[in-house]
Amino acid sequence: MDAFASLGQLARALNHGDFSSVELAQEHLARIEASNPTLNSFITVSAEHALTQAAAADERIAAGTAGPLTGLPLAHKDIFCTDGIRTSCGSRMLDNWIAPYDATLVARLNDAGMVTLGKTNMDEFAMGSSNENSYYGPVLNPWDPTRVPGGSSGGSAAALAAGLVPIATGTDTGGSIRQPAAFCGVCGLKPSYGRVSRYGMVAFASSLDAGGPLARDVADLARLMPLIAGFDPRDSTSSEQPVDRLEALALNLDESAAMLPPGLTIGLPEEYFADLDGALAVCLDQARATLEKLGARCVDVSLPHTAAAIPTYYVIASAEASTNLSRYDGARFGHRCAHPTNLDDLYQRSRSEGFGREVKRRILTGTYTLSVGYYDAYYVKAQRVRRLIRDDFLRVFEDVDLLLAPTAPNPAFPLDQLLADPIRMYQQDAFTVPASLAGIPALAVPCGMIDGLPVGLQLMGPHFSEVELLEAGMAFQTETDWHQQHPEATG
Amino acid sequence: MTAPWESVIGLEVHVQLATRSKLFSGASTAFGAPPNSQACPVDLALPGALPVLNREAVRMAVTFGVAIGATINPFSVFDRKNYFYPDLPKGYQISQFERPVVGAGKLEITLQDGTRRTVRITRAHLEEDAGKSLHEKFAGKTGIDLNRAGTPLLEIVSEPDLRSAAEAAAYFKKLHALVRYLRICDGNLSEGSMRCDANVSIRRAGVESLGERTEIKNLNSFRFLERAINVEINRQIGRLEAGEVIFRETLLYDSDRDETRPMRSKELSDDYRYFPEPDLLPLEFDTAFIDAARAALPELPDAKRERYIADLALPEYDANWLTEDPDVAAYFEAVMASFGNARLAANWAKVAANWVMGEVSAAVNRDQISFAAIPLRPAQLAALLARIGDATISGKIAKSLFDQLWRSDDPTLDVAAMIAAQGLEQLSDTGALESLVAAAIDENPAQVEQYRAGKEKVLGFFVGQVMKASAGKADPKQLNALLKSALAKD
Repeated sequence: MDAFASLGQLARALNHGDFSSVELAQEHLARIEASNPTLNSFITVSAEHALTQAAAADERIAAGTAGPLTGLPLAHKDIFCTDGIRTSCGSRMLDNWIAPYDATLVARLNDAGMVTLGKTNMDEFAMGSSNENSYYGPVLNPWDPTRVPGGSSGGSAAALAAGLVPIATGTDTGGSIRQPAAFCGVCGLKPSYGRVSRYGMVAFASSLDAGGPLARDVADLARLMPLIAGFDPRDSTSSEQPVDRLEALALNLDESAAMLPPGLTIGLPEEYFADLDGALAVCLDQARATLEKLGARCVDVSLPHTAAAIPTYYVIASAEASTNLSRYDGARFGHRCAHPTNLDDLYQRSRSEGFGREVKRRILTGTYTLSVGYYDAYYVKAQRVRRLIRDDFLRVFEDVDLLLAPTAPNPAFPLDQLLADPIRMYQQDAFTVPASLAGIPALAVPCGMIDGLPVGLQLMGPHFSEVELLEAGMAFQTETDWHQQHPEATG
Repeated sequence: MTAPWESVIGLEVHVQLATRSKLFSGASTAFGAPPNSQACPVDLALPGALPVLNREAVRMAVTFGVAIGATINPFSVFDRKNYFYPDLPKGYQISQFERPVVGAGKLEITLQDGTRRTVRITRAHLEEDAGKSLHEKFAGKTGIDLNRAGTPLLEIVSEPDLRSAAEAAAYFKKLHALVRYLRICDGNLSEGSMRCDANVSIRRAGVESLGERTEIKNLNSFRFLERAINVEINRQIGRLEAGEVIFRETLLYDSDRDETRPMRSKELSDDYRYFPEPDLLPLEFDTAFIDAARAALPELPDAKRERYIADLALPEYDANWLTEDPDVAAYFEAVMASFGNARLAANWAKVAANWVMGEVSAAVNRDQISFAAIPLRPAQLAALLARIGDATISGKIAKSLFDQLWRSDDPTLDVAAMIAAQGLEQLSDTGALESLVAAAIDENPAQVEQYRAGKEKVLGFFVGQVMKASAGKADPKQLNALLKSALAKD
């Protein structure tokens, strides 16, 4: 079977009886096993668990009680709690931790009959833009093993690009789905804040974290969304917005006939294009032309507070992270230092040993910005700027339906290049962070190649416009084949 | 001459709300379960777990707010209070800092001498309790029990309006009564259902500005609260009079040594880094929610007390006594209700009050039970009192029946039937009594002699003799009269 078959194709073949779910899982597990020593996209491969799930799925298919995605394999970013399978969050702190419960997203996909192949590599606690901050070592980019896959959902993006899984989950706090999708030439959707339950998703920054899918084409994202979206009584910040339109989209999916809604207006925010690298600007120009060919009207718009997004994001995200990570104290679970001599020693050594450099940097930053005397100058001010950034979007969406922008300022960069320069590393998120701060959905779609490396466009829409984004993405992919290009086998 | 010292006290009272589940999780709040058996992923702060607010706890907080006439904030915010301690699983407590659900209100207290004072309440906010550190059970180690972690607390903060330890204790008692009336707290002090921190400072009378204050943490009885504050006031006076200063510090009261001493700094932090809890939306409700809480308010202790005085003509002492504890008042009112219509019942109020405050209260204390668990049904007590009232039985017989009923714990036992079956009706037949009196005089000539020689106390001896002969059924009043007249004869 084709390693790059879409979820849709696999679903049809499975229902047609071309192979069983167990065979499908075995084939994918074999590919993962072969590639993982070099690519390192998985932290944990849950073969036994997967085969049990696949066998159950085969029974459901035989019994005629299967859902549309029953029996199809997937991988979860190792930030989602999985009952009985280690959830490390890319950290030594949780290297020994097996969750006693499933995240809501995981439970819903289990109920749908999907098969969990394993847990994908990620930057520790989702903090990073290169996947180099993982306790389990960096993931390599399947397009060029000397380069990073992006982060923090780099394992999921790389596994997709390498044909190891047909679909994977990720989380996006400031770009962690979209940027690795762009670096690896796959698609990723950061849903609106609150669209997907955060229950059982290990918290990085509570007011920004958004779970979502990564896949090789937009249609596959649309297939998964209705299963993971929707209100969850266990997450007070999850939205009660109905999911009926997402369900209808998935039910009547005809990707080859996808069209843009008539009269669609797409804005191009000038702040995202001002200093754009030439080759990338060309790719975006072509994307714009494609969308216009599909019937969209493209106009230039302005989001004046864009430049403030990065500092605002790093204040808020670090502040929230600094206290979200207080629970890792060595007292109840996770890493505990050997022979603590007293309480302070237990805290200090467990945390010093359990956390990596970048996590410590953000805990320190966040603790500082929440401290008496700095709180107003940093945290409160950042919240005010966040509102301005959000208002920018609300205002512009009075005039345009969607926004088109690059996903990342460059293609995948070499390993180690930015590791010593956190400020430049943080600049990687310049185009993705604004949508995170505004809580709006954003879709990353491959839109070109620069020197053999994929780059991606980003479509952003108003709150809860996932359906419009997915429709636009699918229409774009009827006219382009960037998503059908795959790296030569590595490893 | 220097003005006398005046103490200035404010209390922060933590009231454990009587919800079935925790403030942010579905785990049970029941007391006394095996350690860590009532802690779910949320209470354990497992990675990925999220808080969900308990609606019932909000209703209880609002109920308290309307009961003290406070401003209710229809928009309030939960904040994280950050500090590390092993019994605080998340490394932060979810509390309300800048925008509490209940704003300013007031509470009237009655002091020992009957004076009434109004204490201003600054605010009341919702927060979660921490777990328990068990230092004693494990040599060289500390055990952690997270059953209590996440239990809902209402923290009630008063203005520094209290001027003595006794006033502070009266205020704490009044809050205790109020939250029990409102059924928002079981009021069980020994299980920690109400705990109090006292802020204490002193100044010379007439001085406006406040002296430096200290905070005594975690007082959970009326007695210890009063003693701790007095000890602390004396310590502060001693220091100031010796020319020393008071440092702002947090103290613990050691009841064995009867002293306050500084708390270990480990459990404190200089900077809690408060910020809005991003895992919860702001708490918002409409006026209908507040109105519903107001409409559901029961009769509160002050109103009840005034009604007992006005409608039942009870003395203020009795009215206070009966209304302090809602279970006592409920029992008393159930007894009253058994007398039939209110106008008739009012005649019985004093008798019923005497019995509730006397026999019933003594038996409750003897058996160490609560007024809510009295085995003698109110209707049975009312029937008993009615039979005393119509002179069917003597008070003495009534007390013996009271004990029988109490011990039997049988609601089907009928007082009239018991009296008939045991032949306990008072001997009010004059003829029968007269012959018993005559027999007693005949059998005890020596005592007759003494009485007639002027030793009137001997009358009691004869009363005893006849009572014994009548098996306690003689009507004492009638007996006295008969004896006197019989002994007066030659």
